[in-house]
Amino acid sequence: MSGGKAKEITKKKMNKAEFKEHCWGLAFVSPAFIGFLVFMAFPIVFAFFASLTKWNGMNSMMDNFVGLNNYIKLFADAKFWKVLLNTVIYMIGIPIGMILGLVIAVGMNRKIKGIKFLRTLYYVPVVSSLVAVAILWMWVFNYDYGLLNSIIKHVTGVHGPNWLGDEFWVKISMIIFMVWKGLGSSIILYLSGLQGIPRDLYEAAKIDGSSGWNLFRHITVPLVSPVTFYLLITGLIGGFQVFVEVLVMVPSGGLNYSAATVVFYLYDKAFGSNQMGYGSAMAFILAIFIFIVTAINFKGQDKWVKTIQ
Amino acid sequence: MAKNDEMSSEIKSHKSMVIDRIIFVVLLLGAVFMVFPLIYMILSSFMTKNQILAADFSIIPDPWKFGKYGEVLAKPEFLRGLRNTLIVALPVLIIGGFTSSLSAFSFSKLNFRGKNGIFLGLLATMMIPFAVVMIPQYVMFTKMGWTNSLLPLIIPGLFGNVSIIFFLRQNLTSVPDSIVEAAKLDGCSYFKMYLSIFLPLMKGALMTQLILWFMGIWNDYLAPTIFIQNEEWFTLQVVIRSFNSYYAVNSDYPLIMAASVLAILPTLLLFFFFQRYIIESLAVSGVKG
Repeated sequence: MSGGKAKEITKKKMNKAEFKEHCWGLAFVSPAFIGFLVFMAFPIVFAFFASLTKWNGMNSMMDNFVGLNNYIKLFADAKFWKVLLNTVIYMIGIPIGMILGLVIAVGMNRKIKGIKFLRTLYYVPVVSSLVAVAILWMWVFNYDYGLLNSIIKHVTGVHGPNWLGDEFWVKISMIIFMVWKGLGSSIILYLSGLQGIPRDLYEAAKIDGSSGWNLFRHITVPLVSPVTFYLLITGLIGGFQVFVEVLVMVPSGGLNYSAATVVFYLYDKAFGSNQMGYGSAMAFILAIFIFIVTAINFKGQDKWVKTIQ
Repeated sequence: MAKNDEMSSEIKSHKSMVIDRIIFVVLLLGAVFMVFPLIYMILSSFMTKNQILAADFSIIPDPWKFGKYGEVLAKPEFLRGLRNTLIVALPVLIIGGFTSSLSAFSFSKLNFRGKNGIFLGLLATMMIPFAVVMIPQYVMFTKMGWTNSLLPLIIPGLFGNVSIIFFLRQNLTSVPDSIVEAAKLDGCSYFKMYLSIFLPLMKGALMTQLILWFMGIWNDYLAPTIFIQNEEWFTLQVVIRSFNSYYAVNSDYPLIMAASVLAILPTLLLFFFFQRYIIESLAVSGVKG
């Protein structure tokens, strides 16, 4: 900062000590701020301009300006609607994971010997490498030799479904995989939510003659609603961006693209056929969807998210 | 009366002990289901190819073969992937950890203009899907010639990590601001204040966050697969994935499973050692939202 400008600021509001603090404060956050400008802010603006062009990464963006054409094309693109529907179908895993997570967390919220060890076991898939466990589950779901079909055959004598090769079962497979991978973190978060509920609330309700199910419904569920809200928001934001698990387990995108998600299609377009402009438009639509869904959730949270007073 | 109370509580505790047993057994079954695929992965890495592909179902290796791990570790691609992952992790964790904690200290304890604006800007980036920035970033890195190196994975990390900044800043709110004033009166410089007062205060939280960051770098697949064009610089996860497509052709599943076990092991060990801190910090970020 030049000396003249510095003096001006000093004169206006800050005294010397305050100005010194201002400079140091700014200097300390400058790496993070520069990183934000270079790797986030600039790319976002760039992506927006790219989304208005038929840019392939090499040609001139200016010469290939097409206005909102990519967006119009996108809304008429049946494949885009298909991958969007697939992405939404995968989100069925979110409530399943929440319900299982809460039920298991309630069970774990008791002083039982060895329960901490179980908690660790449930958490193992969360810290495991996504690629490695996706490869593992690819093998579990293998039609001919997979673990799952071996067990099904062993128990029932009938050959199991073609998990990853069938348009319907591939979705079930992906949902099973995602619930399995994420369950541990729902449990941990619900457990910490449960530990924040005062014991005397339950005692008081018990004196009033409430049964177990009623306690769960009218005390537990409302009082862990902040955790539910957090899981819902992060689940939806992550759910819109599901990609690597599909890429590893079903590299082709599945029979008739039945496993592909929005980001899978976007990746395919941008890096598979160099349609960077079209890909950018899709990325923006995705960001807008995420923003709208998140905003709706924040608007609606007063209706059901309770806080412990 | 007192005796009655005692008795009823004893009966209750007996009843609740039975319930505890049942709950434990149910949860244990669930846990077995959760880790069973992973156990199967370990067991099948010791099997022969023929046993895995055999028609009748078995989970215990017969005979036990321990050679696959040696085979994986002798593959130059594997060692190269391991080396590359560590080359990325080391500078990112050291420098990125420094810049993140310095920012967190500044955001939490110093007064400067534009503070809230900059902080909000950083927070907003957590909402932006990676898909939006990956195309421009890819082009940027290509133009700079970085895709033939590990720089696309290293350089962005050096500028700090937003979620760590956010977490550490939350962590510092419990430290009274008066410490800053006292240090100022002692003529302590701002950097020294960070280094000798606040960094030690953040140490525990920072270490936990760095462990989590290491796990993130170790497990990352998306960024390396998009940004790294040269096989020489593939990180471990990318190598594991390419093993999967390469060796599945001749059905060498024991080798694929052994490689996957090795890819999971380090993060798993870190988790077992530091789980108390990791779980605590995850729970905090979830509850505070």
